[in-house]
Amino acid sequence: MKILVGVKRVIDYNVRVQLNRDSTGVVTDGVKMSVNPFDEIAIEESLRLREQGVATEVIAVGIGGSESQQQLRTALAMGADRAILVETDRPVQSLEAARIFKQLVEKEEPALVMLGKQAIDNDASQTGQMLAALLDRPQATFTSNLTIADGKGTAVREVDAGLETIEFDLPAVVTVDLRLNEPRFVKMPDIMKAKRKPLDVTPLADLGIETPPELEVVAYEPPAERQAGVMVDSVEALVEALKAKGVVQ
Amino acid sequence: MTERDVMETDVLIVGGGPAGLACAIRLKEKDPDLGVIVLEKAAEIGSHSLSGAVLQADALDELVPDWRDNPPAVCVPATRDEFSLMTRKKRIRMLTPPQMANHGNVIISLGSLCQKLAERAEGLGVDVFPGFSGAETLHSDDGSVIGVRAGDMGVEKNGEPGPNFAAGVDIHAGTTVLAEGCRGSLSKQLIARFELDKDSCPQTYALGFKELWQLPEGRSEPGLVQHTVGWPLDNSIYGGSFTYHLDNDRVYIGFVVALDYEDPDFSPFEAFQQFKNHPANKALLEGGEIVSSGARTLIEGGYQSLPKLEMPGALLIGDAAGLLNVPKIKGIHMALRAGMLAADHVAQHKSSEGYDAAWRSSPSARELHKVRNIRPGFHRGLWMGMANAALETITFGKLPWTLKNRADWSALQKRAEYATPERHWGERSLPPRDRLASVYFANNAHDENQPVHLRVKDTTVCATTCAEEYGNPCTRFCPAGVYEMVDDGEDGKRLQINAANCVHCKACDIKDPYEIITWVPPEGGSGPNYQTL
Repeated sequence: MKILVGVKRVIDYNVRVQLNRDSTGVVTDGVKMSVNPFDEIAIEESLRLREQGVATEVIAVGIGGSESQQQLRTALAMGADRAILVETDRPVQSLEAARIFKQLVEKEEPALVMLGKQAIDNDASQTGQMLAALLDRPQATFTSNLTIADGKGTAVREVDAGLETIEFDLPAVVTVDLRLNEPRFVKMPDIMKAKRKPLDVTPLADLGIETPPELEVVAYEPPAERQAGVMVDSVEALVEALKAKGVVQ
Repeated sequence: MTERDVMETDVLIVGGGPAGLACAIRLKEKDPDLGVIVLEKAAEIGSHSLSGAVLQADALDELVPDWRDNPPAVCVPATRDEFSLMTRKKRIRMLTPPQMANHGNVIISLGSLCQKLAERAEGLGVDVFPGFSGAETLHSDDGSVIGVRAGDMGVEKNGEPGPNFAAGVDIHAGTTVLAEGCRGSLSKQLIARFELDKDSCPQTYALGFKELWQLPEGRSEPGLVQHTVGWPLDNSIYGGSFTYHLDNDRVYIGFVVALDYEDPDFSPFEAFQQFKNHPANKALLEGGEIVSSGARTLIEGGYQSLPKLEMPGALLIGDAAGLLNVPKIKGIHMALRAGMLAADHVAQHKSSEGYDAAWRSSPSARELHKVRNIRPGFHRGLWMGMANAALETITFGKLPWTLKNRADWSALQKRAEYATPERHWGERSLPPRDRLASVYFANNAHDENQPVHLRVKDTTVCATTCAEEYGNPCTRFCPAGVYEMVDDGEDGKRLQINAANCVHCKACDIKDPYEIITWVPPEGGSGPNYQTL
């Protein structure tokens, strides 16, 4: 059984993201880039499934410029068997990403597609759901525990009300949440080995997917600056202060 | 015992800064068959590199002749120099000392330059490993260095392996090149082990701060290089500022304080912030925003403090060796040259033996020898120092004496014996408010669950002897607020180490008056993530 796992290159979560000067985007020059942390969890889970003997091959898939090869190499160093980069220099939105994955799924025929529940750059949380719909396959989103056995999957999902356990048939799409696992550290000899693992680069144009961007970015704005706090010395004073602000009646 | 993988290589370079990467590039150019590994503790190459930086480009031209075709993210030719004396209210222009003339030099981001160098090194087949620190050196039975053990990953706070534990590999190398930068943790151990400094003066250091600012439009003059001496320091403290004007309304502003200051109550961080709030600087910065900030120590001992640069199996290059040219306030060109020289030597001789002599007969050695008396001349204060510097400059450093250095940690005076001079420091309004706010701009990241990497041998000293004698100077000299004296719950105080704030400057390892703080590398990939510094 094959697993296809998504690997997105994003600004590292430790970086303080800044708007560029004309507010048309964020600064990426000289900024540390990493594998989307949720994707890292998806890679880790895929590798564990392979180590349990459930999966036989883990294929890491990235979409982006040639620099995205770095993140795919990280996935290979963690243990993925091979990688595919769908190369494009323009930004790719969720639906287009889902269509790209659909084509790769049709070609590679994996039993599982593992994706992060969202990418920490735009937090869209759409690609997995859209892909499941396009493929007309079961989906288990926001998964924090996953078992695969006998052509079936059992997922514990993190939902608003708590935890929900579902069963689904394979093939399926799974998006993973933070608590699913803690990704392994990459080892130095494995980084060396990763350099020799196959990384196939396909230009996006060759896939023949023509998706005009559905969403138009109108403006970027920094979040409002936090106002200085006020210390109050009693509950009454707190209630008064909240009333004065019109927060409580 | 922990099972460890072993990797074999011809040359192992510890530190992915300008010296280490220059060495790696030159090695591969000389002999493409050599196995070359570079270890770097930062999560990415360049994210722990911090320098002014005005680059004297000759060495880089030699290493990478076409570097200007693919320049680092900051690359602005220096157009004009200004050297000034600060008083509390005024900035008084002075003649620029000849060493500080920067015509033909380029303002760069060192971190960004290192990224470019690493790309080149990798293109040549060097294995560059960011995110891995060197934990300890490995030795053969006769004591010679045979490599380095990389730091373990996933160790819990109590020192036990956690669920994701990954043992660091042992890297065995024909030659180990230490390029850790100022006060390298392995270099320090090896200098002591092989007594490499037994014939030299104690090493001396400074602490530098730097911020990158985005200014309102039209305020910066791209290429302007400004340096100052004087306020907010008093006459007894050696140091000064730099302001480098970049393109796109950006400036680098920074401040350097020599760590041989005597005042136990002095705060280098506060001095930098005071400087920024001087009327002349406030006019430049007000309304702008900090993009990133950081701090790092510099090595200032110069020629007379150089250790022997080789030992069996290993050698020292760059600031790990102490090659900064203080009067020029430049070290990158020296680091690049030392890296190349070491590479030439190792490629030819396959050994560290003879490298010390090779370096000492090189132009770099002559450059450092010529200026050897300028920095120590400032031990007697700013004005005597300036007079001595002028004398040394007009005599081309040929005077028949060499002034001595003293160790920084021993310079600190006890509170009872020292009267802090009036420095006329005032209220300030520009960000950051305090050191914690400043660390925020360093994009710092340390896994909180790892062991504390600042090892204090005896913390009972802190609340007793040190509190009494020096008033816990670690709480002031640390640029990141790592050291704090907090209530111990029994009407006393105890030392709290906020290790996750550490920006890896190493000032504590240098300045602590009892020499009980040892800086060791935390888990690989931890620390600041400097952006275009």
